[in-house]
Amino acid sequence: MIIARVVGEVVATQKHPSHDEAKLLLVAPESIAGTQPAGTSPAALIAIDAVGAGIGERVLVVLDGYAAMSAVGRPRSPIDAAILGIIDEVAVPGLATSN
Amino acid sequence: MQLARVIGTVVATRKDPRLEGFKLLVVRLQSPAGKDEAGYVIAVDTVGAGVGERVLIVQGSSARMARDAQDKPIDAAIVGIIDTVELQG
Amino acid sequence: MFLARVTGTVVSTVKDDALATHKLLVVQLLDAAGQPLPRSLVALDAVGAGAGETVYCCRGKEASFPWLPATVPTDAAIVGICDPESNASNGWSR
Repeated sequence: MIIARVVGEVVATQKHPSHDEAKLLLVAPESIAGTQPAGTSPAALIAIDAVGAGIGERVLVVLDGYAAMSAVGRPRSPIDAAILGIIDEVAVPGLATSN
Repeated sequence: MQLARVIGTVVATRKDPRLEGFKLLVVRLQSPAGKDEAGYVIAVDTVGAGVGERVLIVQGSSARMARDAQDKPIDAAIVGIIDTVELQG
Repeated sequence: MFLARVTGTVVSTVKDDALATHKLLVVQLLDAAGQPLPRSLVALDAVGAGAGETVYCCRGKEASFPWLPATVPTDAAIVGICDPESNASNGWSR
């Protein structure tokens, strides 16, 4: 799983039927310190929301098909990423983290 | 499987119910020689690991083969605490 | 899933039989602001996407799921077309 920040929502009318009514959120992976990896321009990651996350929130994203599909209750659907949790706190001794 | 070092913890109150009861740890991947590599993974702890310990993690669908992890929505699990790593040469 | 723009098509006569009836599209990855990244790949189209459209794609084994129960050997599939108007606030309006 990775930590990411929700930066947008994606609207797609024409999509695979198994994605109907799914909330598609655009997330930016973050370093544990709460900053985006320096010097990189990461490809935009789209994850289906399983917990009611919103823009600006720091979330837990799972990048495994089975895990993602089961989290959003859409078995055998083409899904490879889902938001599994909203992060309250990340504690890494010796590293200043921003929530 | 990969070697890693536990460097922190993650707290998430609102999460998939199937993750409840699991400890979520931040681990940094390591070379066999113990050198930290770039990047990190959030892994579910299945063996009682703690911050500072060197651990064995399994990623991908195999993570669900870990103890109590069957049918859980996880993609990385800590499945062992390393005592030593012996390297030739 | 990842965000991408359809930039081309691939024509292949000799290919896996299971790919015979499918459209192979070249997609270029986008960052969260909709800017193209220097990385492209070929994805199988599951939704009728066309050149220039902004789409989202699934990667990995799950990319073959739109065609279940058929076994289609792909590791990337276009599974949705992003609505141009509704996504303007994300910075990528086309």
